[in-house]
Amino acid sequence: MEFFERFAIPHPSIAIYASMVAAGLTLIAVLAGLTYFKKWGYLWREWITTVDHKRIGIMYLISALLMLFRGGVDAIMMRAQLAVPDNKLLDSQHYNEIFTTHGVVMILFMAMPFIIFFMNFVIPLQIGARDVAFPRLNALSFWLFFMGAMLFNISFMVGGSPDAGWTSYFPLADTDSVGTNYYMIAIQIAGIGTLMTGINFMTTILKMRAPGMTLMKMPMFTWSAFIANVIIVFAFPVLTVALAFGTMDQLFGTQFFTLDNGGMAMLWANLFWVWGHPEVYILILPAFGIYSEIISTFSKRNLYGYKSMVASMVLISVLSFVVWAHHFFTMGQGAMANSIFSITTMAIAVPTGVKIFNWILTLWKGKIEFTTPMLYSILFIPLFTLGGVTGVMLAMSAADYQYHNTMFLVAHFHNVIIPGVVFAMLAGLTYYWPKMFGFMLNERIGKWTAWLLSIGFLLAFMPMYVTGLDGQARRMYTYSESTGFGPMNMVSFVGAAIMAIGFVLIVYNIYYSVRYASRDISADPWDARTLEWATHTPVPHYNFAITPEVASSEAYWDYKKKNHELYKGDYEKIHMPNNSGIPFVMSCIFFGWGFSLIFSLWIPAIITTIGIFVCMTLRSFEKDHGHYVSVKEIEDTESELRGA
Amino acid sequence: MKVDHSLPLEYSTEENQLKILGFWIFIGAEIMLFATLFATYFTLENRTGNGPTGAEIFEIAPVILETILLLTSSFTIGLGVHAMRLGRKKAMMGFFIVTLVLGLGFLGVEIFEFMTYAHEGAGIQTSAFTSILLTTLGTHGAHVTVGLFWGLFILIQVKKRGLTPETGNKSFIFSLYWHFLDVVWIFIFSFIYLKGLL
Ligand code: HEM
Ligand SMILES: [Cu+2]
Repeated sequence: MEFFERFAIPHPSIAIYASMVAAGLTLIAVLAGLTYFKKWGYLWREWITTVDHKRIGIMYLISALLMLFRGGVDAIMMRAQLAVPDNKLLDSQHYNEIFTTHGVVMILFMAMPFIIFFMNFVIPLQIGARDVAFPRLNALSFWLFFMGAMLFNISFMVGGSPDAGWTSYFPLADTDSVGTNYYMIAIQIAGIGTLMTGINFMTTILKMRAPGMTLMKMPMFTWSAFIANVIIVFAFPVLTVALAFGTMDQLFGTQFFTLDNGGMAMLWANLFWVWGHPEVYILILPAFGIYSEIISTFSKRNLYGYKSMVASMVLISVLSFVVWAHHFFTMGQGAMANSIFSITTMAIAVPTGVKIFNWILTLWKGKIEFTTPMLYSILFIPLFTLGGVTGVMLAMSAADYQYHNTMFLVAHFHNVIIPGVVFAMLAGLTYYWPKMFGFMLNERIGKWTAWLLSIGFLLAFMPMYVTGLDGQARRMYTYSESTGFGPMNMVSFVGAAIMAIGFVLIVYNIYYSVRYASRDISADPWDARTLEWATHTPVPHYNFAITPEVASSEAYWDYKKKNHELYKGDYEKIHMPNNSGIPFVMSCIFFGWGFSLIFSLWIPAIITTIGIFVCMTLRSFEKDHGHYVSVKEIEDTESELRGA
Repeated sequence: MKVDHSLPLEYSTEENQLKILGFWIFIGAEIMLFATLFATYFTLENRTGNGPTGAEIFEIAPVILETILLLTSSFTIGLGVHAMRLGRKKAMMGFFIVTLVLGLGFLGVEIFEFMTYAHEGAGIQTSAFTSILLTTLGTHGAHVTVGLFWGLFILIQVKKRGLTPETGNKSFIFSLYWHFLDVVWIFIFSFIYLKGLL
């Protein structure tokens, strides 16, 4: 009995039971469907064991979209709870768990994989490479991320979710519940995957660019992703260590963040934000890169101020590491420290401003085409700037005593993250969709979505600035009638509902376009400028039959307009990596390992640890040099793709 | 795989070059990891609660022995890589074996040291100071342990498959890893033990 109590949910509610039933039914439906249509073999051969960066990218995309809905349901539940004063929809414990899982899921299991999807799908194509530097490591990265995400997501059904916020401050997080264990271990597993992604893409970008593509001729998205990966490599180890300390405190009784025996709770806050602040730049810089590609494509003009774009990103990446303490101005670190962190924080506004001016100048001199991706990019500029302004307000440490831990802060970071990151993801999704699947998403539905999301966003978050300045605290599950926050929160709820409609429309758009969109499109439907559009659609598994030669950051545009020759020489056999089941199997074992640790099941924990080492040993002894694609096969594939 | 014979074995294919660069970047991440451990160590150094302080438990003799063992092993692995470049498989394997034996010796002394600490009431749960001390030392020790297995696997492969671009590359990368552990140890030696004893 004692054994089963551990796995029981400490605070069950109707909502949790309903979602358990829904999850169970979905799982059964998927398994039954796979069996009925005899797709197990296909799934294993073509997807689970794949090392192709394009397919791994698509798997990241699917996971990110699923998590967007998981995090979105949490968001709607919170807004519904706060819509009227003294609401009884959720109790305080449930609310705590929801804002915690919402934050973690949105940042780590939605936005991160979405960005990594772009890196996977776009970078090798954009630099004219055949794959990433370490294709198999790439598969391992994906599966580790996926298993970490799944582990985190079962927390509300097995044992209970974390409830101390996505920042998980100790001693708030230091409880007997397994929630904190879930937080520490699930994020750890996914984080290791991300760190390997960072190493992989840094190597890829440094070493695998097409001939002629010097660093200063790299397309802007590749630049932004490169810098994001450098930040990953430097920031994620800090998280790894912080999570390891937290895990050890929880499981082995160490004294890192405890309140006695010398432990220091503020240490967690520092380590967390040394990672956490750069983390938001890991998200925003690639988003900037995507906007740069889209804005220059649909302005029919090269990007204004290429060099200043690069320089500003380098500067932002450096500054991102020296501002972390602006997250706890009010926790007694002294006026001197506050002033320093205040100034470094505000300094970030300068390079960011440079970028905004560059985009505006690109638009200014361009011939603008209003496609859906462009609509998002244009909406992004004013909305994001607004978020930037409130960010500078928060950066003033003295004033922060007023806003800190209020809805003002919640409004601010959603204001930068939704127009900044989420819009970029949706713009990029629409932009790259034809390259991935060979048809366009419907433009009319796409534009409706963009407008609904923008209006919904404004309605949902602008009121929070007001109530925040009035003192509505963040992370409070209810408030009394007399505060007068009621009407504003109702508006917020309506806005969130409108956003929800927007997100559902995306799914509808995909469904609609799968059914009705024309399959007869060219490989370059947007008349774009960079190399990823220079190969066929669908992209053959070897990407380019002949490695392109590059002379500028817009090689493909030069090829189309200035007779630049991209492909020189004849077909040669191409070396490609083999598929492998090890990354998936090893990640499954990691899942079991994480689960065992979360519930302190020591024997399975030891067995899975050995399992992980066995996998690594097998990998060490494995002799696998990949295979060659013959010239004949390339010729056949190419002529078929050209014919189609 | 195209092999370029004008380059040292470990660099002789494109794949090898990728792996070496990738490994250097990995070391960058490892530096951050250990830097975080050190930063935490300096923060918690004097937060000993009711437990012992560093000066009370550190002993110089085993630490010097550990240092000698590890520094020597770093030297012998360098000789091993040199032998590899000359194509002398037997000598290379000999030096790698010596390296691993020295590493094993290091680990033995470290385990003995941990047992003494436990004996003196400095377990990992005693205080924030002992938690970070044992975690930092333990992380380094765990790296050495993994290295021992890794090195052993590479030796077996060199024995079975000979010195090929692939095994040469693996051996070279392993030597980078081993040197790195040595560098970390020098920091541990200076900033944990010597500083603690002074
Ligand atoms: C799509 C519409 C969204 C709505 C309506 C929404 C709503 C909310 C609400 C109501 C809270 C909690 C406020 C509180 O009581 O403290 C919250 C917190 C948070 N949200 Fe969102 N959110 C949305 C999207 C996002 C996205 C896209 C991200 C990140 C990529 C995100 C990241 C966060 C984070 C990190 C927190 C803080 C959680 C914590 O306090 O620990 N949200 N959001
Ligand atoms: Cu920050």
